[in-house]
Amino acid sequence: MSTNGAKPKLAMYWAASCGGCEIATLNIGEHILTVDQVFDLAFFPCIADFKVSDVEGYPDGYIDLCLFNGAIRSSENEHMAHLLRRKSKILVAFGSCAYEGCIPALANLTSRQAVLRTVYLDNPSLDNPSGVLPQTTTPAPEGELTLPAFYHTVKTLDQVVDVDYYVPGCPPESHQIWAVLQTVVAALTEGAPLPPKGTILGAGQVAVCEECPLARHEKTIPRFYRPYEIVPKPGLCLLEQGLVCLGPATVCGCGALCPRVGMGCRGCYGPLPGVVDQGARILTALASVIDVTGKPGDNEEELARRVQDAVSTIPDPAGLFYYFSMAHSLLHRARVADNQ
Amino acid sequence: MSESERFEPLIIGFTCNWCSYRAADLAGTSRMKYPPNVRLIRLMCSGRLDPTFVLKALANGADGVLITGCHPGECHYLEQNYKAMRRYYLLRAMLTQMGIEPERVRLVWASAAEGARFAEEVTRMVEDVRRLGPLNWPAIAADGAEPAASRNGHGPAAAAETAPVVPEEAKP
Repeated sequence: MSTNGAKPKLAMYWAASCGGCEIATLNIGEHILTVDQVFDLAFFPCIADFKVSDVEGYPDGYIDLCLFNGAIRSSENEHMAHLLRRKSKILVAFGSCAYEGCIPALANLTSRQAVLRTVYLDNPSLDNPSGVLPQTTTPAPEGELTLPAFYHTVKTLDQVVDVDYYVPGCPPESHQIWAVLQTVVAALTEGAPLPPKGTILGAGQVAVCEECPLARHEKTIPRFYRPYEIVPKPGLCLLEQGLVCLGPATVCGCGALCPRVGMGCRGCYGPLPGVVDQGARILTALASVIDVTGKPGDNEEELARRVQDAVSTIPDPAGLFYYFSMAHSLLHRARVADNQ
Repeated sequence: MSESERFEPLIIGFTCNWCSYRAADLAGTSRMKYPPNVRLIRLMCSGRLDPTFVLKALANGADGVLITGCHPGECHYLEQNYKAMRRYYLLRAMLTQMGIEPERVRLVWASAAEGARFAEEVTRMVEDVRRLGPLNWPAIAADGAEPAASRNGHGPAAAAETAPVVPEEAKP
């Protein structure tokens, strides 16, 4: 894909994200030298001084590979998504935020107003006596100052632009990032075929449980525990000890890092192939381990109460089921009173 | 509001092959009357009900979802309706957080002999959802502002997002 024998161009940009994806990318160790050998950096605000005007000056399709991480939370994020789409041959939704919304998209459970109120007015460590809120335009002696508009609904990258590939994970594991880079490098330098558009790169095909070394038995539980409530027995499946683990409904690729150290999977690698809504699969997985059953003639109200008691040990179902996938889910946001 | 302007809820009903579908069938052959707002989808068992089906229905224009199955202890597949029940209560807790009223998604047990009960429950659900108003679940907007979808032609989604619209004749 490179022209005139020049090195292919690499870009990495962050929208609404934490910067963890950049750290994970730089964490590929000595392979970073190979990346430097193969690519020229075209845009990478985290590690090199590029300006947006540099990108604007590039011809369309100038960047060979753009790793776009972060969700679309503001008009600036969306503007950069459109710009980088135009300037890039391959645009990758890199990491859980760009792919599914991730933690920023949990704000879809509330409203723009409530977020601004919490951050700028109700925050206990805040001193804002005149209740100043960010404005998109502010008159100043020097002229009009502008800020990007803050969206009511956090979106994924593919909800605003066309995306070529997805790399899941919060953040993607470094060895997976290296594998993805190798795939693209082989295509760019040796003419190897690229995977079909829309492919999820850097993940497996089966559930996290398949990579998890903890011993599992067919066992049901009367209730769930939160991580601070019990100390898990080592070597034993967390779910059968009552600790919420989303491994059964999450695709592998991470090496089951969290369950290995006693913390239940939270689903950052996204759904298994063919699944439309990861939250629904998580719900089903958790419902199937609850041990409430009955026999003919049982009082139905009593039975319903027992089921409700068991499910009420999950205090925040929406936040748990859509920990990482709210923006990409079927409902994609909550219906709230001040919906603006 | 005249009869023709009355909001007609669209309800997707999931029935199980062995009890609740037979109950609906009995209601029909016995010529019992119930509102035509429910579109029945027959599954082999309430345990087949993936919560994805419910979410998809709500996201794509349904105002409510009725889930039905055999009474506990009477499942043709022994205990799959207990599974349906566990999913249902978890789903309901989650939907409440998403701003969907619990009345919009209901679980009803009906045996093959309970045609009358089936008709009664459908009638009750249709009236409850009619009182709540259209759901009009918003699609993803281009600019962060939610569009005013109006599948029913009953005004913009914004109306449903604040207070439910109560039709005059639905008030007690």
